[in-house]
Amino acid sequence: MAIPLTLYTLVLLPFVAALLIAGIGGNARILHSGIAAAGSAIGLVLIVSAAARVIGGEEFAVAIAWVPAIGLEFSLMIDPLGLMFAGLILGIGLLVVIFGHFYLAEGEATGRFFASLMLFQGAMLGIVLAGNVLLLLIFWELTSLSSFLLIGFWRHKSEARKGARMALAVTGGGGLVLIAGMLLLGIVAGSFDLMTILASADVVQASPLYPVILILILIGCFTKSAQFPFHFWLPHAMAAPTPVSAYLHSATMVKAGVFLLARLWPVLSGTDLYTVIVTSVGLVTMTFGAFVALFRHDLKSILAYSTISQLGLLVMLLGFSIKMAAVAAVLHILNHAAFKAALFMTAGIVDHESGTRNIRRLGGLAKVMPITAIIATTAAAAMAGLPPLGGFISKEMMLYETLEISLFGLPWLVPVVATIAATLSVGYSLRLAWHLFFGTPRELQPYARAHDPGVGMWASPGVLVLLAVLMGLFPMLLAGTLVASVAGAVIGEPLPALDLSLWHGVNLALGMSVMAVAGGVLLLWRHKDLLRATASLLKPDANAMFHSLMAGADTVVRKFIVATHTPSLQRMVFATFSVVVLMVIEGAITGGGSLTGPREGLSASPISIVAWLLLIVATVAVVNDERHRFRVLVYISAIGLIIALAFVQFSAPDLALTQISVEVVTILLLLMALNLLPKAPPLLSSSPRKWRDGALACLGGLLVGGAAWAMLTRDPNDPISSYHLANSYSGGGGTNVVNVTLVDFRAFDTLGEIIVLGIAGIAIFALLDTTSRGSAGARLRTWQEDVLHSPESHPIMFVMSTRILLPLVLSAGIYMFLRGHNQPGGGFIAALVVAIAFLLQYLASGFDWTDARRRIGEHTMIAFGVLVAMVTGLGALIFDANFLATAFDYFTLPLIGEFELATAVLFDVGVFCVVFGAVMLALAQLSHISQRAARAHQAQLEEEKAEGSR
Amino acid sequence: MTLEFLVASAIGVLVAGGIYMALRGRTFQVVLGLTLFSYAVNLFLFASGRLTVNRPPIWSKTVTEYADPLPQALVLTAIVITFGMTAFAVVLALRSFLETGSDQVDGDIVPCDDQQSDGNDTG
Repeated sequence: MAIPLTLYTLVLLPFVAALLIAGIGGNARILHSGIAAAGSAIGLVLIVSAAARVIGGEEFAVAIAWVPAIGLEFSLMIDPLGLMFAGLILGIGLLVVIFGHFYLAEGEATGRFFASLMLFQGAMLGIVLAGNVLLLLIFWELTSLSSFLLIGFWRHKSEARKGARMALAVTGGGGLVLIAGMLLLGIVAGSFDLMTILASADVVQASPLYPVILILILIGCFTKSAQFPFHFWLPHAMAAPTPVSAYLHSATMVKAGVFLLARLWPVLSGTDLYTVIVTSVGLVTMTFGAFVALFRHDLKSILAYSTISQLGLLVMLLGFSIKMAAVAAVLHILNHAAFKAALFMTAGIVDHESGTRNIRRLGGLAKVMPITAIIATTAAAAMAGLPPLGGFISKEMMLYETLEISLFGLPWLVPVVATIAATLSVGYSLRLAWHLFFGTPRELQPYARAHDPGVGMWASPGVLVLLAVLMGLFPMLLAGTLVASVAGAVIGEPLPALDLSLWHGVNLALGMSVMAVAGGVLLLWRHKDLLRATASLLKPDANAMFHSLMAGADTVVRKFIVATHTPSLQRMVFATFSVVVLMVIEGAITGGGSLTGPREGLSASPISIVAWLLLIVATVAVVNDERHRFRVLVYISAIGLIIALAFVQFSAPDLALTQISVEVVTILLLLMALNLLPKAPPLLSSSPRKWRDGALACLGGLLVGGAAWAMLTRDPNDPISSYHLANSYSGGGGTNVVNVTLVDFRAFDTLGEIIVLGIAGIAIFALLDTTSRGSAGARLRTWQEDVLHSPESHPIMFVMSTRILLPLVLSAGIYMFLRGHNQPGGGFIAALVVAIAFLLQYLASGFDWTDARRRIGEHTMIAFGVLVAMVTGLGALIFDANFLATAFDYFTLPLIGEFELATAVLFDVGVFCVVFGAVMLALAQLSHISQRAARAHQAQLEEEKAEGSR
Repeated sequence: MTLEFLVASAIGVLVAGGIYMALRGRTFQVVLGLTLFSYAVNLFLFASGRLTVNRPPIWSKTVTEYADPLPQALVLTAIVITFGMTAFAVVLALRSFLETGSDQVDGDIVPCDDQQSDGNDTG
């Protein structure tokens, strides 16, 4: 199979599997795990089939432009480093899926589990195969998110939720820092393409930004790989189901940081700053983690701290900036993945079969679960670095390399501390195996319960341990080529001859190793005393520190919000308007030029002056009479009417029609809302506030008016409108340029606008439909009717005239719709006119009568409208035209004569449906609420009357 | 007096009225303020095509000069969207009144409590 296809398939496969699993849902465990296993297995086969060529030195990269403007490409590449990690992710993934299938209890949400697991697998594959750092960042964040889902899988458990949140906060936060670092790196290197970045070490390291880049990227790596002092999330993440821990915390998620360090090794490493920071962080983490692991009692907690320690070892090795140290790191990544995943799984088995993970309650389990004991003990021996296991070789290499490095000018520092850490890790490994499987059982109950699991559960760790053994016995055969080529990919140049073997002769590293083992045995022997001695040791509790930090941040943010985001709308609106006014003033002062431009004005007729006066008076009346709410509506409608007249005067018939019909609908809406809102408001504003607001309002009015004046007295600056005028008839097939603009030239805008309108309508429905519940419902039921009504609620004259009017208005609406392309009219106007006709029925005949005769729901209208508009637009694509381009032609029919058919009409049907649906939805819902309230009120009155007569 | 002056001053007056009403303390007044303000904004947008009398943008072979159709098309949708926004604001105001029993937006009645957030199981 061609490599590009393989790469895309590899990355997409887990996501497809996740979707499939999530889609199946339900309780089909075998299907869920089957799909996950198949996905991982196919991926593994693909990787293995590509392995020979990749190791052979071929590099494969594929790219699809995604957002070229910012240098983001969907580019994937595979080199030996990516190959090894992809192999680990898929191989261990497969084993974990098998293990998880048997591990999860009856009734657990296996669909959610395996879907999240596959999501995570896809994200990890994305990281290791990404060929563009921006793409890498996307996958990086995706691992944080999907691991959040996995760690918090048992969401009914508080510690699972907390652990998941903490992991997300630390790794996600580190991811944000990493984004900053990577962006700077990309900017300095001049490209976001990984290969280009790796080749520009000189530029990057010479840049003054290098320290910033380095520290930001290192924080990202250290948080992900649980390095001190960001290590604390990892033990808390142990609240996850054991298969998750085995996957995330042995081979994958925590290795992402190590991977990135290795990936960026050619460009970042080699400087003193890099060596000092990375080596010392790794060294501290390695020692600290090993020390803590020695005194933990929970199996998974021991493993968590040992993972922290081992990751520290890897980070330290990469920090050395020595080629052979990179080789050791690569080898140890392989070893660690194998024995740690196996150990996590056996911990899960012990927990599963004995009911506890507390090492102080277990012991002597080798008698009752021999298979598990063999697997776990071998894995622990590999972790301790005992021969003849793989762990021994990599640990030996590590110790050997420490002698090459001199930190802070002290050549003995690293070797001594590393030997101490190695001693501690021998100690905790031996203790884990010894206390668990040998000696006498400490408690009877878990011991009596314990037994070996079925083959399904021990097969996965068994395979891994077998690999760990073979890695020790036949290192060159099994891993020699791979390690050499991976290390070559890390350091960016071919490697000198590599010799992996158990026996390297007697040298200092061997001596250190022997010391470590002896010390470890000593630690195991005196473990009880040590435990007592360290119990009194004051340990800074990272968990408590994290929580107090979070709580502190929470308080600060809360205070900030309370201070700035006051619940007073007035204050915020005032601030907003003030800022805008200041900005306009600033622009007016610095802009220069005169207020009045050279364009000649049109002289005003007396009628227009009268209309202008009316508008001014009505506006003043609105402001002045703000307490008489119904009267204010009359003024508002007068203003709307005058604006409609202005549109008529200034050659905009479409606008005039729209304005007038919207005005009617708006006034109806406000009337209905007023009916429900509280009446007779008390005077709220104080005098000084009114003056202050008045001053701002006058200033704002003056500025905007001035801007309008300055604009109107100047000629437009080469408008694009001539294109619309010139092409309206020939290109759009209509003479009404405004309508053609709406449905053709700017149809995309219109499509967006009808969608917004539809959303507004549905949001209004959502807000009103639920008012019958809760406190809103209670308030609605006690609503008092306080406006005097005519005794006749539906006057017969009104009812009859509106019913006669309905077909007439409908014909007018259809006429306006049809002629819209050539004469003033169109979907918007027709919809408003038709809506008014129906609203009149509601007004005259009441809600019940009208609603019972309604055939099509408004929701359907909105959905149908958007759909029709979209389909019309997409239809254009079939004919190789642009989205939403229109087609038209002229036909002749007997009797009717020549007429035009345009696809724009279809689009206008969509517009019509959405506008009509949204308007009706808003008003009909509102009247429905009023009617419900009125009915409740009526019932209450009758009840009182009945009680009074009794 | 020119028509330009009439339009510019009308825009100014509407803006002033809109700002003043939007700064009042009750939802309905704020909605009225928004309505006035929208009138002004729509007029302003429309005026950016300059004022033209008796030359509607209906294409014809015999006419060469038209009013600018582009601002008209933009304002047409703007008017309809304004309705959507007003309706939404009104309904939001209504719902908040029904929920809280107050239609004030000055923050004096509704207490600012930071006790509401939960799910913060730090411990």
